[in-house]
Amino acid sequence: MCGTSDGDPDLDTGIVTGTTGAGTGTSVGIGTGSGSGTGEESVDDAERAQFSALLEDSAEDLYEHAPCGYLSTLLDGQIAKVNATLLAWLGYTRAQLVGRRRFADLLTVGGKLYHETHFAPLLAMQGRLSGIALELKCADGSRLPVLVTSVVKTGTDGEPLLIRTTVFDARDRRAYEKELLRARKQAEQAGEDAEQARAEAETAHQGVEAERARLQRVVSILQKSLLPPELPRMPGLDAAAYYHPASVDVIGGDFYDLFPLDKGRWGFFLGDVCGKGPEAAAVTSLIRYTLRAAFLVDSDPVHTLATLNAALHERFTGSDPRYCTAIAGTLTPGGEAGAVTVGLAGGGHPPALLLRADGTADFLPTPGGMLLGVLADPQLTSATTLLRPGDTMLLYTDGLTEARTRSGPRYSEEDLHAFVADLAPAGAQTTVDAVQRLLGGFGEGLDDDTALLALGVPAARTAAANPGAAR
Amino acid sequence: MDAVGRNNVTVTGRRDGPVVMLAHGFGCDQNMWRLVLPALAERFRVVLFDYVGSGRSDPSAWDGERYSSLEGYAGDVLDICDELDLTDVVFVGHSVSAMVGVLAAGRQPERFAKLVMVAPSPRYVDDPATGYTGGFTADDIDELLESLESNYLGWSAAMAPVIMANPERPELGQELTNSFCATDPAMAAVFAHTTFLSDSRADLGSVSVPTLVLECAQDVIAPREVGAYVHAVIPGSRLVTLDATGHCPQLSAPEATAREIVAFAGSPR
Repeated sequence: MCGTSDGDPDLDTGIVTGTTGAGTGTSVGIGTGSGSGTGEESVDDAERAQFSALLEDSAEDLYEHAPCGYLSTLLDGQIAKVNATLLAWLGYTRAQLVGRRRFADLLTVGGKLYHETHFAPLLAMQGRLSGIALELKCADGSRLPVLVTSVVKTGTDGEPLLIRTTVFDARDRRAYEKELLRARKQAEQAGEDAEQARAEAETAHQGVEAERARLQRVVSILQKSLLPPELPRMPGLDAAAYYHPASVDVIGGDFYDLFPLDKGRWGFFLGDVCGKGPEAAAVTSLIRYTLRAAFLVDSDPVHTLATLNAALHERFTGSDPRYCTAIAGTLTPGGEAGAVTVGLAGGGHPPALLLRADGTADFLPTPGGMLLGVLADPQLTSATTLLRPGDTMLLYTDGLTEARTRSGPRYSEEDLHAFVADLAPAGAQTTVDAVQRLLGGFGEGLDDDTALLALGVPAARTAAANPGAAR
Repeated sequence: MDAVGRNNVTVTGRRDGPVVMLAHGFGCDQNMWRLVLPALAERFRVVLFDYVGSGRSDPSAWDGERYSSLEGYAGDVLDICDELDLTDVVFVGHSVSAMVGVLAAGRQPERFAKLVMVAPSPRYVDDPATGYTGGFTADDIDELLESLESNYLGWSAAMAPVIMANPERPELGQELTNSFCATDPAMAAVFAHTTFLSDSRADLGSVSVPTLVLECAQDVIAPREVGAYVHAVIPGSRLVTLDATGHCPQLSAPEATAREIVAFAGSPR
């Protein structure tokens, strides 16, 4: 530990008692000639003694015991003079420094480098330098943080003669500055940490986005695999379909299909599995192939739905029951005047809508049909109708009739009936296009998947129109 | 690229004289040469500049990666030579700049006639493995960086551009504690690292131009052993020991320094 000013009584007791006053013998009488009366003489004497003590604080004593260190060096740094204060701080004797050491010798190695590269050049160029923070090495090896100010003393001709340096004890000050620097570095580090965290979050976000895009591709591909890639061309019949997924992230549970049977007949179905996601998709896949196979064995729609019910009931009883609603049917062309016979069975599904060539529209009820997969032997209902040229039948899932309208209430079967009544007469594609626009109008209100399948007999003179309409 | 503006290039002295290029070292800028400049300007066309990151160079040109290697500083020298189309240059490099000159002359030898290395050191840190004494340990260099950090409270980032933009109003410079060598502390720290942790010993052997090594009798940064090393490794070099103390003879012994440079630069090749 460097010598402290606390240990030097001269520094602590200040100038009033800091000097013996002896030996100068030249006290100046402050207050003499003031014409003070004899009655106040004793007071004057006391004051006089005090002022004398002040003034007898000699320049030499002031230099030696100033509250700062003094150092004079030759231009090459050789120490020529040093005061007692600095010697006390450093723990050296005068003889150890004067004529033997350079100022730079008192510095730490880093301080020496700084001295040579900054301090000395600046001092040479400017003639003075102030407030430089350095560390002095004390005799006992400890270090004293100081603030140094140096001035080059020049002769009358301007030639530099020597360097005068004052040294201030900067322990407290440097501790404070170090604290500031530490706080600053901490703040910078915090800033860097925040930036890094932000970058990591960004990377993570990009990863999530990429994963989401990948998932969406998978969902899209899987969804397509559950629907026919395109509808078959049917002589004398038109078909159109549309599938609206409620989300690009979650695979939906609606399904439909249209496929040839024997003797020019066609089979079709449309339905809705309860639930969404991969589990529902697995069920949808099962339903689709079960129905396709059932139609090949027995084309009676009631029988096909009964087969499906049995398959679902067997497969999904227990802890993970799966149900669906469906409508299935056959188209048998060759009727009178181009009419096509429609045989239909329903299991808990909203009724088909018929858009007639005369501009009217009606439900084709399949009342009482029950959810498929719940009961071992459900009640299934059937219906039959004729599609004449210009007639179209529309099948849909409840995503449409349960969509939330922009004005608030849910869209209903009655609303849909009114909508298609306005539309009729209309071909299959026209009908699907119109309902698709209607769906688009719901915006975010359309919160469930929706499937549409329209089957129609073209009006007489355009019987060959619109083959192979896309879904 | 505008190297003249970027590096605050000053061209002075005799227009038709041989070219002497003065390159400052770490810690200051071209002001370092002010005491030897009058003597040199009488006979030579003198080119002075500040490295990017020092003095009044363009702070926007700073590139932490480029200037983390002495090659980056050599690039500054070559950019200036290229822009001013300088040839037969007598390159005078102080301290670390002596090594920058070696690198520049190695890359484009056709531009350089002679090399003056003032207080050079190819490596400041001791290398016990090869028995090389540079004078410092890596810890010493860290201490210097600490000293730099302790003293950057005197540097004002706000004032530097004001001074740079108003060279005709030097009173603005008074606002700064030190009107010379005002350097952004962050850039100074990079230059300090680059300077004091560099090892250019392998480059010395390739010097092919006449070379003068000017060392000081008492120099803590480049001690006599280092001067002797440089002299021994550069083929045909001349070593002159100035009776000077400290690392900056151009300030502490300007007459002798200028005399040696003039004599060497002015002599026939």
